[in-house]
Amino acid sequence: MKTCLVVDDSGLVRKIARRILERLGFLVEEAADGQIALDCCAKAMPDVILLDWEMPNVSGIECLRRLRATEAGKAPKVIFCTSLNDMEHIAAALEAGADEYIMKPFDDDILHEKLEAVGLAEKDLL
Amino acid sequence: MISASDYEFFSRFLKQRSGLLLTDDKHYLLESRLMPLLRKFDLADFSKLAAVLKDGSSAIISSAVVEAMTTNETLFFRDKAPFEDFTRTMLPTLHAARPAGQKLRIWCAAASSGQEPYSLAILLLENPGLIGRRDVEIIGTDLSNEVLERARAGRYNQFEVQRGMGVQMLMKYFTKVGDLWEVKEPVRKMVQYRKFNLLESFASLGTFDIVFCRNVLIYFDAPTKADILARIARALTPDGFLVLGAAETVIGVGDAFKPLPQHRCTYVPNVTPAVRPAPVGMKI
Repeated sequence: MKTCLVVDDSGLVRKIARRILERLGFLVEEAADGQIALDCCAKAMPDVILLDWEMPNVSGIECLRRLRATEAGKAPKVIFCTSLNDMEHIAAALEAGADEYIMKPFDDDILHEKLEAVGLAEKDLL
Repeated sequence: MISASDYEFFSRFLKQRSGLLLTDDKHYLLESRLMPLLRKFDLADFSKLAAVLKDGSSAIISSAVVEAMTTNETLFFRDKAPFEDFTRTMLPTLHAARPAGQKLRIWCAAASSGQEPYSLAILLLENPGLIGRRDVEIIGTDLSNEVLERARAGRYNQFEVQRGMGVQMLMKYFTKVGDLWEVKEPVRKMVQYRKFNLLESFASLGTFDIVFCRNVLIYFDAPTKADILARIARALTPDGFLVLGAAETVIGVGDAFKPLPQHRCTYVPNVTPAVRPAPVGMKI
């Protein structure tokens, strides 16, 4: 079963993401900030991380940089999911090693397509 | 609520003006699309709107009704398969068949707010090796002035640019202007837009190598569909390609086109094999 770590300080966002991801067949873990996410990854690396930017303790971008600095941390696909939607933030996320970027608010279709784009959901050709 | 007699009138009006076929079960669609016009033109109810159309007193309102009913959702790279066919089959086939220097002409016959023609332009820029230095002309047409204005502006909200398109492509071909994402100039200048009604003669448009006519034939009755397909066939080169929507088919609608085997949305003119060379990688 594919695994997804949802990292967001909003319980509501984590709940919405979990509902969509479970319907797509993912096993979902949750983390409320970047440090908790790094701790989760140290225990078991997920296939994909849905990552908010602005969070207490360790931000999303810092979490990504620390993750990608490790050998095991290069493996998971990382999809940023944030309301910071200007080109500078997107460029910084891509430079830090993000694979995709969702501009909040998001819905089922957007999340599904981004998972497709990183090769973790089935391609719907028609 | 729209009365039965007004519904019948709107159906006749739309059929006559745009060829749009409104079946008996489209009350909700009609009401939801026309309700904003009641507010916009300060009309008390649908009967008043019908009365304005009947007496022909306002060309603006008549046009707004047609536009409201014929505007459809479009996404960048909608359905994916036609765009894969475009780069894998259509462009290599046509490039091999055409003499150097002859440009390729592509018609997006229901361009709506521009996502489809811009998707094709982006693919051409992403795959420069497919057609070398050959020029390509993309014409986007639509019945609605309102959507064509949006298409020309090339500005989309974040929901529209996130569906169907990866973030790398977004950053490469769009720039953020306020809250909207604007198609960059190299993409925009590849597409020309014109207002055009598919019920009119295609003579002014010239000949095309590829025609995208997706998700618009579903609104026409069978004879009108057959007529439009026959005229598209005459506007298409004998070795050209027609792309229809995923829910559309040419089966049982005249004999101008036949499906291209193993390509679900792509069709070719029904001409003899001697005229039509096999597409790249295909035996037909």
